Amino acid sequence: MNELPTKSYLNDPKGLKSWLLTLDHKRIGLLYLFSIMAAFALGGIFAMLIRLELLSPGKDFMEADTYNQLFTLHGAIMIFLFIIPSIPAILGNFALPLMIGAKDVAFPRLNLASWYIYILGSAFAVYSMVAGAADTGWTFYTPYSTETTTSVISMTLGAFILGFSSIFTGLNFIVTIHKLRSPGMSWFKMPLFVWGLYATAIIQVLATPVLGITLLLLIIERVAGIGIFDPAMGGDPVLYQHFFWFYSHPAVYIMILPGMGIISELISVFSNKKIFGYKAIAFSSLGIAFVSFLVWGHHMFVSGQSELAAMIFSFLTFFVGIPSGIKVFNWVTTMYRGSISLKTPMLYALSFLFLFTIGGLTGIFLGALSVDVHLHDTYFIVAHFHYVMMGGTVMAFLGGVHYWWPKIWGRMYSELWARISVALIFVGFNVTFFSQFILGSQGMPRRYYNYLDQYQPLHAFSTYGSWILGLGFVIMAVYLVHSLFKGRVAGSNPWGALTFEWTTASPPPHENFATIPETTHGPYDFDKIVPKRTLTED
Amino acid sequence: MKNGSSHSHHILPPRVYLGVGAALLILTAITVAVSFFNFGPYNLLVAMLIAAGKASLVALFFMHLKYDNKLYMTIFVASVVFLAVFIILTMFDTLRRDDIYDIGAGPIRDRAVMYDSVAVDSTITGADSIEAVSDTTINQSPGQ
Repeated sequence: MNELPTKSYLNDPKGLKSWLLTLDHKRIGLLYLFSIMAAFALGGIFAMLIRLELLSPGKDFMEADTYNQLFTLHGAIMIFLFIIPSIPAILGNFALPLMIGAKDVAFPRLNLASWYIYILGSAFAVYSMVAGAADTGWTFYTPYSTETTTSVISMTLGAFILGFSSIFTGLNFIVTIHKLRSPGMSWFKMPLFVWGLYATAIIQVLATPVLGITLLLLIIERVAGIGIFDPAMGGDPVLYQHFFWFYSHPAVYIMILPGMGIISELISVFSNKKIFGYKAIAFSSLGIAFVSFLVWGHHMFVSGQSELAAMIFSFLTFFVGIPSGIKVFNWVTTMYRGSISLKTPMLYALSFLFLFTIGGLTGIFLGALSVDVHLHDTYFIVAHFHYVMMGGTVMAFLGGVHYWWPKIWGRMYSELWARISVALIFVGFNVTFFSQFILGSQGMPRRYYNYLDQYQPLHAFSTYGSWILGLGFVIMAVYLVHSLFKGRVAGSNPWGALTFEWTTASPPPHENFATIPETTHGPYDFDKIVPKRTLTED
Repeated sequence: MKNGSSHSHHILPPRVYLGVGAALLILTAITVAVSFFNFGPYNLLVAMLIAAGKASLVALFFMHLKYDNKLYMTIFVASVVFLAVFIILTMFDTLRRDDIYDIGAGPIRDRAVMYDSVAVDSTITGADSIEAVSDTTINQSPGQ
């Protein structure tokens, strides 16, 4: 029988102060877990309200202005407060030092500072909700964002501050990966999640400052009346879009790359088979990071940018398909003739494969100039990015949470309820968003409060899907909290994985490892080593 | 730090500093000198080339980039490339926006709004054009 260790990072030392001033990467990961999940819940409630309002045409229960504020808040919260920090700050913080056999990240104090900055940025965002929430959409496009009377400044200032939190985390990870790998762990013996985090960190450090500059310019224009983006003052509104997407397109890859890293771990471990094409997957992460900086103009095909620029950006956009395709084919090939175990994390990984592929392929449609003119600013776009962001990143995140949950707490969740929840989320997601592909192709514009009667059946269908999706998340919250108290004790290696974090106790001690582990085999050498599982089948 | 880490400081002889300093002064003189010549559209290019040369000298010698770990040089060059990508790809848009139209876009207003409250000489054309769009002027004009 497995037993929980008497002393672990969770209970040693004790007390609220020891948590709020902790320098332990695992505890900081948990601080992020609670705060980011609160943001996710808030953004999710806004999403449910938006879908409820759209159940039938015209006014159901909220005013049009409230609706504009709600979709802005949903977008801004989900992007800046949830999805950008989610995987790096929660799972990356917790797992990265453990996976490379280190005692902590390179700069523990910077790590704690990043969390406090996250909280400060969130406080600005919450303040702006109370003080008349912005109604610009999460992109804060000019000239409207410089004219509206809602609290654009505090919202953008919040995003600006959150950017620093993101930069700190990225910087910390780059140095940690360069300097703190355990003896014998060469670059190509690192787990692929670490490669994903590395590529992400490079984008975080390079691109986030540009968002900061953009939002500052916006604030300067609003406050000082200096014409930068507003044509009435001699500025160029399309320039705002260049600035904004030069950050925000790479930011999309900040969201998806660490998710792809998690999928590499899950597919290999739950197929009990060595990953196919390790180097191809590792380099395709860097390839995606590189290409991500050259394609931002595909958000601007109908904005009035020059035809030449549109052609160049459209051409470059297709290159994103190559490294993404390499990854998908390598994952599928890894599963081929593997001994596949359909545990909850693997179910999320499989969901990711289906949904991300749909999201990625529709992205290729949208990258084609002529098709984009028809589909731009319709529900097709909404469906596309929810398939990539929720079907991709969130599925990977949930897979990662379920994979490392027994390591984080030392206890297992209910496998039955977890599978029910996966099923509800998968079905609910597709009902909600696949219908939006059809709505968009029929011409339903995004961000509209009202719509023609002909769109009602699909809108209603989508809203019913959001209820299934919501139910899945509620069930998840219940069984995860329940597992903290009543879950089976997992032992150090419940899945039979080969990376370092599974060689130490669950939950790990404060210093991670009794002695720094040495790398004697690759992270996925299932062909050479049969790892000992600490949890038998039910 | 007896194990000779990569951060060991490289000490340059004073004549290198003096030489680089002299080169910077000469380049400054050249900057002033070329300002008296009109290269037409290449004015900006010439000035930027000289400035880039001076900045490179400072970074390479005064800031020791030439002698330090090559990683720093890589990061520095990468950030310059990164900035160039942003500016060049944006220029593909802003310089070619009127490719298929006869009329190019110009600023609606010549000056920023922040100067509106400042009392200005009415002979300046900008002030007239702002006044022309105000409601009272439009309402009065049909009668004249």
